[in-house]
Amino acid sequence: MVVSPLLRLAALAASVFILQTGCKEKSHADSAAGAAGGDAKGSVASDEILFGEVSSLTGQEATFGQSTHNGIMMAVKEINAAGGIDGKKIRVITYDNQGKPTEAASATTRLIVQDKVHLILGEVASARSLAMAPVAQRNKVPMITHASTNPQVTEGKDYVFRTCFIDPFQGRVMAKFARENLKVEKVAVLRDVRNDYSVGLANFFVENFQGAGGTILVDQSYSAGDIDFKAQLTAIRASKPQAIFVPGYYTDVALIARQTRELGLDVPLLGGDGWDSSRLFEIAGEALDGSYFSNHYSLDNPDPKIRKFLADYEASYGRASDAMSALGYDAVQIAAEAVRRAGTTDGPALRDAIAQTKDFVGVTGTITIDEGRNASKPAVVLEIKDGKASYSATIDP
Amino acid sequence: MTEFVQHLINGLSLGAVYALIALGYTMVYGVLQLINFAHSEVFMLGAFAGFYSSRWLPKFREEPRFLLILLIAMAFCALVGFLIERVAYRPLRDKPRLNALITAIGISMLIQAVGQLPWFMGPSPQFFPTLLANGPLVEVGGVSVTRLQAITFVAAVVLMIALHRLIFHTRLGTAMRAVSFDGKVAALMGINPDRVIAFTFILGSALAAAAGILVGMGYPRIEPMMGLMLGLKAFVAAVLGGIGNLKGAMAGGILIGMIEALVVGYGTSSYRDAVAFGILILVLVLKPSGLFGRVVTEKV
Repeated sequence: MVVSPLLRLAALAASVFILQTGCKEKSHADSAAGAAGGDAKGSVASDEILFGEVSSLTGQEATFGQSTHNGIMMAVKEINAAGGIDGKKIRVITYDNQGKPTEAASATTRLIVQDKVHLILGEVASARSLAMAPVAQRNKVPMITHASTNPQVTEGKDYVFRTCFIDPFQGRVMAKFARENLKVEKVAVLRDVRNDYSVGLANFFVENFQGAGGTILVDQSYSAGDIDFKAQLTAIRASKPQAIFVPGYYTDVALIARQTRELGLDVPLLGGDGWDSSRLFEIAGEALDGSYFSNHYSLDNPDPKIRKFLADYEASYGRASDAMSALGYDAVQIAAEAVRRAGTTDGPALRDAIAQTKDFVGVTGTITIDEGRNASKPAVVLEIKDGKASYSATIDP
Repeated sequence: MTEFVQHLINGLSLGAVYALIALGYTMVYGVLQLINFAHSEVFMLGAFAGFYSSRWLPKFREEPRFLLILLIAMAFCALVGFLIERVAYRPLRDKPRLNALITAIGISMLIQAVGQLPWFMGPSPQFFPTLLANGPLVEVGGVSVTRLQAITFVAAVVLMIALHRLIFHTRLGTAMRAVSFDGKVAALMGINPDRVIAFTFILGSALAAAAGILVGMGYPRIEPMMGLMLGLKAFVAAVLGGIGNLKGAMAGGILIGMIEALVVGYGTSSYRDAVAFGILILVLVLKPSGLFGRVVTEKV
């Protein structure tokens, strides 16, 4: 049989395409079915409130998305069990973005145009929220990101809110902590140049640390997904820093921590909330002992509200909650609270109600939405000891 | 100076891994004039074979356990390499070379895509277990060599010496060289080229599996797409050394590893990949036969 090479290539491309889309459809169906909780799919009943969630359920930062999803579903279950909002139940439609900004944008379009959701929840990564925000803004559907800390996400978009603090604050917290609590003067920076979040945090850290009289010895960079950081770390080692600021995501940070110790460099690493994942400790082992990172909340906070949340979470999912689930949980509570106050799911009214959120007591602290549509709330700094993060300090806004 | 030496040592252990993978590219090219792009996926499967076998193997002394896992992964990948050749390349043996090349790219994409499905390896990164305890081995004047770096380098060198002996001191190796020199004439002399080619794939794939295990131990985060970049770098190494030439692949791998370490150490990390692929272009333009390759005129 003579088959032309072109035909073979086409057949191959087609089969790969089918494989990929097949996989995607599957995860849609899975999460949508799971979210619907047995409700009839596809039809938008007027007696429900539709929230659309876009999360990285798979991909490099899969645990972020999965934790977020758990937190969101837990909040929704609690609200619905308590009778919903004015008798209406909340239904969440979830799409996976595989950790890709382009997927996040198209999932948002699909949620708004096809599923006609009343509110968008997501994303963790600033790069993906930045892709989603313009879509929500254009369609006048309020969007709440629970964990994207890059300032540009909400800038100039009056439908886009966030319920976490922003990079300048997080960079300032770690600069202040390094200078005042750790009393270090000379710090090296290792940033992920392909990541808006990491670059933002590094810039604000450098600015504030130098402002507080500290010196930045070297400013090295890597790209997410690299596996070998020894060259950068060797250059950092030569400058003899007292600490290294590594505002990356957990998978990279874990490898960086290991290689730092392998090179015999024994100084604390400092980072942001991108470190917060149980996988961090699994991969890094003891390499991170004595390091610090800023976060949205602390697991060993004695506040009864937090204790109840943590206990419920562990009972539902069989594992400890991380910051992403707590943030996702709070975002849903704030959204539900706003719907209740607005009395409608109409875009502009809901937007105004979210903007008026004041002194909302959530799991991750007392949240007030400021005029920049960002949450004003305190940050905690956690210290890593024996493969566990424990509370070290609270830094107020 | 200490910094420079440290960069060279870091580059050496990464380069040894590139060299192991590059050998697979070069051997297949030698006998088939085919660039086997699926080779980088065989490397990835090697890492995962190690990951899964260490999960269900009971714990005992770590050195023999490491060797056992290494052998399991090498055997598994040898089988995978054999199957890829049997199923995808052999039926195209007397078709134009381009067909096999496109098929190679297809197989590579197929393994990546299938590997990312949740019921195979899944798309999220996995943590490669610690098979051998790591730690500083020697530290002289601020230059440190870790145990894993040393093991990686030694393992790679041992495997390369074994390969060299096999190819230059056994009948099978002689047959491989004969097929590589001229397949048709070798067949006339009573050598079965199909068997030799299958064996070449088995050998190259086993080396890729060893590289997968070494990378998994040194950089314990593995995922189905991990082969893509490392495989391409190894391919650049093979071209740099002169594709089809064994010594060239080894030297090219180590050279690329060191160049990368120096580029990142003294320049910017963003240029790491750009420099590696820049080298590829330069070699192809200035000296297509590579550092060790000989110029062969195509007979018409």
